[in-house]
Amino acid sequence: MATAPVAAGLKPPAKPRSKPRDSFSSWPWTDRIAYGLCWAAGLALCAIAAWIVLYMAIKGISYLKPSLLVQSPVGSPNQSGSGGFLDPIEGTFLVTAIGIAVAAPLGVAVAVWLSEYARPAGLARAVESGVETIAGTPSVVLAIFGLLVFSKSFLAFLSQTSAGGAVFGRSFLTAGLIMSLLAIPLIVGSTREALAQVPAHVREASYALGKTKATTIRRVLLPSVRPSIASGITLGMGRIIGDTAIVVILLGASLRIEGAGGAPVLSLLRGTGSTLTSYVKENSPAGEGNAPQKAYAAAFVLLVIVIALNAIVVRLSGGQDHAGGPR
Amino acid sequence: MTPLTPPPARRILVDGEPTLIDPPVRGTMEPPSLSANARNGRGRAPAEQVTERMRIESVSLAYGEKWVVRDVSLPVRQGEVLALIGASGSGKTTLLRSLNRLTEITTGASRAGRVTLDGEEIEQIEVNDLRRRVSMVFQQPNPFPMSIFENVAYALREEHAARRDRQRRGRRGRRELEPAVIDAVRRAGLYDEVADDLDRPALRLSGGQQQRLCIARALAAGPEVLLLDEPCSALDPISTATIEELIVGLRERVAIVIVTHNLQQAMRVADHVAFMHLGELVEYGTSEQVFERPAMERTREYISGAFG
Repeated sequence: MATAPVAAGLKPPAKPRSKPRDSFSSWPWTDRIAYGLCWAAGLALCAIAAWIVLYMAIKGISYLKPSLLVQSPVGSPNQSGSGGFLDPIEGTFLVTAIGIAVAAPLGVAVAVWLSEYARPAGLARAVESGVETIAGTPSVVLAIFGLLVFSKSFLAFLSQTSAGGAVFGRSFLTAGLIMSLLAIPLIVGSTREALAQVPAHVREASYALGKTKATTIRRVLLPSVRPSIASGITLGMGRIIGDTAIVVILLGASLRIEGAGGAPVLSLLRGTGSTLTSYVKENSPAGEGNAPQKAYAAAFVLLVIVIALNAIVVRLSGGQDHAGGPR
Repeated sequence: MTPLTPPPARRILVDGEPTLIDPPVRGTMEPPSLSANARNGRGRAPAEQVTERMRIESVSLAYGEKWVVRDVSLPVRQGEVLALIGASGSGKTTLLRSLNRLTEITTGASRAGRVTLDGEEIEQIEVNDLRRRVSMVFQQPNPFPMSIFENVAYALREEHAARRDRQRRGRRGRRELEPAVIDAVRRAGLYDEVADDLDRPALRLSGGQQQRLCIARALAAGPEVLLLDEPCSALDPISTATIEELIVGLRERVAIVIVTHNLQQAMRVADHVAFMHLGELVEYGTSEQVFERPAMERTREYISGAFG
């Protein structure tokens, strides 16, 4: 080092310390252990994730047949005759669509209010802790609560009423509504964070053009945070797709989609069904169906859907192109 | 309501390094040759027609208990550029923002005194109308996340939707807006660079182009007064020169008020200069007067770089 040529008249650089103070061997042993644990934890997590995906992929692909994706399930003790899981796949998409259709406008509205209005301050705090409470409530609690509420007779239009007049309370609509509670906090969070990052002078620039606050929100702020809204929605979809408790309690978890009768679309919405999660649960060795091969195949399909959604989130939030297109 | 602390001009001189620059001898202050350039370039001669658009009469502004601007009176005229100069915290920007009542969105801001636009007190004008008539460009270029065309059309569109008598609630079509948009972009000196693709996202433009787009946007609504808050401070020298040229060209059709930290810039673009210090207007005059024969000691210190 010290032999590096040095121009005449210049002093060679001072000899570096043989060991920077920061070198590993100079650390106290507690730090070294902690450092090792950090590494171990990171590697272990990677390994577990890889294990899950690989195991499910191997199991899933080996049992997955294209016919499973297009056949309705049949309640049969004979595994070869119990059909596929078309209905649960449809159910997953239907519940997710209902949940997001409710959650997206509500979540964005709450985020805009919290970020742009938030007066009086007490109410804003209340709204904030309300959102946090919903976010923290276990979905099984939400489901039980939903069953209680939707069994009230004035909400009978959301589900079916038995001959005796008891409101069933379980349907795609009721499950979707409660599912929306899972997605709302995520949409509020990501939208609000993005709104907070829009600099104040951008809003002022709009006001300075003689625009009202409402116009500014609609034409400037919401378009700027569109990628974040999208990623919030995608995260919310992941939550909904992955939830089991609400499906079991509020969707009826019937093997097939059972319409409630009446007008076709309404019959479907008021009817019961199942999703991939409940299908996996019922077919696992722990469930009633006990058809592990089908459970693995369905679980693999579920995993693929969720991983695809995650990839979309990463794309939306990472490859965020603020430039946007022509409006 | 604490009384203002005595002006610290002297204290600054004492605290700072003893300045080696001789106090400029009155009348011979020639160091920035730019001043000469400016004079040769376009002549200090004011535009043919100078009309007063706004009048600021003993305006004071405060945020909560803190006075930011104290008893300032200034005329704002079309046909000339008024530059507000002064150190940070001297209240220039606050004064500027009060002209289109943008100070009102800051909680706790209060104002005393009168500001009139064409003889009408600005309190009496509906605030969004006022802001259309007194438009503003900010320090950071801040185009909206839409196309170049839409950025300018945004300024035009709801202007008409808001006028109930027109009853044109629907979006005006692109064809209808196009001439006005192109005219604004052209006035902002941006048209040649973007003519081929007005649908390009505005955020893909360079910083200087973005700022000119912001000027185009501000011009689109047809304002009488254009407020510029350090419009070049985030830009490189070439973009700055382009925008300065643009500002000088625009003064015929709109009254321009520019806040700037850059004294050379004030010299280059301004016809009148107001020097503010700690919220007070220290000196107001033509830029020759202020830069070459400042009447006040503090102005002289500031423009010779003694403080600020």
